[in-house]
Amino acid sequence: MTDLRNGKDKTLGEILRSQGISRRSFLKFCAATASMMSISPALIPKIAHALENARRPSVIWLSFQECTGCTESLTRAHTTTIESLIFDSISLDYHHTLQAASGHAAEAAREAAMRENDGKYLLVVDGSIPLGNPGYSTIAGISNYDMLMETAKGAAAIIAVGTCATYGGLPHANPNPTGAVSLNEVIKDKPVINVPGCPPIPVVITGVLAHYLTFGSIPDLDHLGRPRAFYGNSIHDRCYRRPYYDKGLFAETFDDEGAKKGWCLYKLGCKGPTTYNACATTKWNDGTSFPIEAGHPCLGCSEPDFWDGGGFYKALSMPTENISKTAVYTATGALAAGVALGTMNQNKKNKAHDSHSKTTVSDLEK
Amino acid sequence: MSERIVIDPITRIEGHLRIEVKMDDNKIASAYSSGTMVRGIENILKGRDPRDAWAFAQRICGVCTLVHGLASIRSVENALNYSVPENADLIRNLMSGAQFIHDHVMHFYHLHALDWVDVISALSANPKATSELAQSLSNYPKSSPGYFSDMQKKLKGFVDSGQLGIFAKAYWGHPAYKLPPEANLMAVSHYLEALSWQRDVARLHTIFGGKSPHPNFVVGGVPCPIDLNSDSALNMKKLSQVQDIINQMSRFVEQVYLPDTLAIASFYKDWGNRGEGLGNFLTYGDFPSSGMENISGFMIPPGAILNRDLNTIHDVDMNAADEIKEYVSHSWYDYENGKDAGLHPYDGETNLNYTGPKPPYKHLDVEQSYSWLKSPRWKGHAMEVGPLARVLMLYATGHAQTKELVNMTLNKLDLPIDALFSTLGRTAARALETQIFADAMQGWFNDLISNIKAGKTKTFNEKLWEPSSWPKQAQGVGFMEAPRGGLAHWIIIEDEIIKNYQAVVPSTWNAGPRDAEGQPGAYEAALADNHTLHDPKQPVEILRTIHSFDPCLACAVHLTDPDGNELINVKIK
Repeated sequence: MTDLRNGKDKTLGEILRSQGISRRSFLKFCAATASMMSISPALIPKIAHALENARRPSVIWLSFQECTGCTESLTRAHTTTIESLIFDSISLDYHHTLQAASGHAAEAAREAAMRENDGKYLLVVDGSIPLGNPGYSTIAGISNYDMLMETAKGAAAIIAVGTCATYGGLPHANPNPTGAVSLNEVIKDKPVINVPGCPPIPVVITGVLAHYLTFGSIPDLDHLGRPRAFYGNSIHDRCYRRPYYDKGLFAETFDDEGAKKGWCLYKLGCKGPTTYNACATTKWNDGTSFPIEAGHPCLGCSEPDFWDGGGFYKALSMPTENISKTAVYTATGALAAGVALGTMNQNKKNKAHDSHSKTTVSDLEK
Repeated sequence: MSERIVIDPITRIEGHLRIEVKMDDNKIASAYSSGTMVRGIENILKGRDPRDAWAFAQRICGVCTLVHGLASIRSVENALNYSVPENADLIRNLMSGAQFIHDHVMHFYHLHALDWVDVISALSANPKATSELAQSLSNYPKSSPGYFSDMQKKLKGFVDSGQLGIFAKAYWGHPAYKLPPEANLMAVSHYLEALSWQRDVARLHTIFGGKSPHPNFVVGGVPCPIDLNSDSALNMKKLSQVQDIINQMSRFVEQVYLPDTLAIASFYKDWGNRGEGLGNFLTYGDFPSSGMENISGFMIPPGAILNRDLNTIHDVDMNAADEIKEYVSHSWYDYENGKDAGLHPYDGETNLNYTGPKPPYKHLDVEQSYSWLKSPRWKGHAMEVGPLARVLMLYATGHAQTKELVNMTLNKLDLPIDALFSTLGRTAARALETQIFADAMQGWFNDLISNIKAGKTKTFNEKLWEPSSWPKQAQGVGFMEAPRGGLAHWIIIEDEIIKNYQAVVPSTWNAGPRDAEGQPGAYEAALADNHTLHDPKQPVEILRTIHSFDPCLACAVHLTDPDGNELINVKIK
């Protein structure tokens, strides 16, 4: 039987041979790959060499001040699925919630992964880091800050998953009792890809991982370090209820005619206009729905400090009271309010778009 | 000096848990449970709009996602005497019931199973014999020799890669693993099936709450309106999806989870005589059929059982100042009037005071404070909450289906009723109650359909939505049964904002440290009950009993205040 505790890592080539696949058929496969990708036949031996020595990239996942919602979200991804990730694409060498080993054995797994993949492993972090006191959060007796710094050192890239790791999140909300900070506040010498959300959409977490694994590069990021493929547009701009906003038709409460007909939730406090995320396009859980479709205003959970944004049911920009009164009194009033809101948000949106200008890795490295 | 064994991190749980045990030869003499992470959510909640509280509270935990959201809105509704439409209760029951089923299945396969199932042994299984075993247990369609052969190949390829990822450095080959290779292969296959199943059934939360994890709630009802003629509201398409998911849930529980649990349990019957611990059990009660005020309509009744006495169910009053109290004698908090007096949650104070060793550290000082968890007590008793407490409560109160399920299990395993009070009993109780919830889901769904048929589509009560309609001061408790046990949030509202907020949660009851009198918490007592370690360097026995509680540590840790100066301590007359 394989000795797992001291098992020597095998390369793809060794595995193929152990499974009875000959060198000849392997080279044929490489030739087909080369032709498919329009690569010169001269490079076939190179491809073969690269493939034969391919190991699944090591991923170390650290969890600090968090609720495990981000991990739960990871397991909910319909594509790439968690099974496919851990069996075919990555070697998930440390992950509290999923790994079999506990205690010393778990820490030994992390140390081994760091040693064997120095400079090559991917570090994923969820949760914030408390700077108020090292005793506020420890793993194996080690403070979160020390464990992060030790593990970040040899990482090829770092992904912060969830609003706690990206912006401090809930622990950072006023009055921030534990002095919680985001990764960006303590990691200064490496780019950090921010994947915010409370939690992030399942396929966004695995999508960012897949991008890095497939293309070996960091995707284009916005000024807040978020991949533009998922955080490039506001929810409002992609919302199927947007036409009602433009017409000035709003739900006034959770069970009125407007709510039932799918009118805009702006006046119930929807933060869609100021929130950049993919909820309205990819939707949640295999495209099943998203918060606004299910009748609840967007909380704005992928934006920094959304917890301190002034109330989840308070409408943006204009005092709620005035809009409600105008809208309730007359239909024309409602229309007028809608148009007014539309204009106000046009300005806001333009500003957001300006500040949303392209951010590159080199910017982050500055 | 006796040997001290430390396991930190305890993995395959939610959150940050450390266990230290003192040994007497190869037997556990005493155990100490420590929560090692704190955030301060209750403190963050102060001064906020009570209608917003659910979203903050829900992030106490993302595994038991939604339960804290529900407890929170119930606390506000209780404080304001704010009734919700019947449909809202039904939809909340469906969402919470779905959470039980989803969470229990994931706990069994992804968090607990690897304590009993040897992944590597599955490689030497005979796929044909595995198929015969699976088909003898249930009529689950994925049980052919070809299926198990494919699963085995997949596993072999993975193991042969030498990169074991999440399965690396575990205790494979430990003599405590008793399953034959075929049972191991079946269980590993179902580990993978369950991963795929869970992401499909989680969609029930998305239909009603827009996303999973962390679906949305609203004080006064539910956010999703019902309108069969709308393309946006809860319509026939969405109702059909819900029905499909209920079917999918119940099939998996009946054909996979329950039979697997019983089959695996039959190889570990000796675990029916260790890991009990306290013998005291507590339920808050939940799953209303006619509003939260009518306790007699609850599917799970509230009550307390002391010293295994199933003939006497004690009443529990969540508001009584002398019943539920939290102690901080061994916790990293201070109370204004000294560390040794308990406080009812309405009077709750929590001034953070870390007095543990400076990290990095090797051992905690267990004679002093050693956890971020408090020690809740009911009338001074340490209590166990969770699936075992609920199954015992249902059994003791004569719930027919529970009696049938419990008797069937004991018969099949040929074990006496005393075996329920154990690590094995706790794990079995979780599977049994999942079956009960799977059946109840269809009932709640049928009731929802009947209401819609009768023209009753109301999902939200707008009457007390505006804070200006509230009294100047109000206080209330929102309680429920969460997958890991009784959960309650206490709130005090003053001038339309939150004046004080306290949560006493399942894992605080179970994982809390010793109290002022030195009484251990449930984990600590259970580990001290008849545990011999085969190899202290590979303490799989400790993991079995700890995982049987399904620890959830982010839930269990309380509020903080860095210097203790700004805490507003509200006393209720």
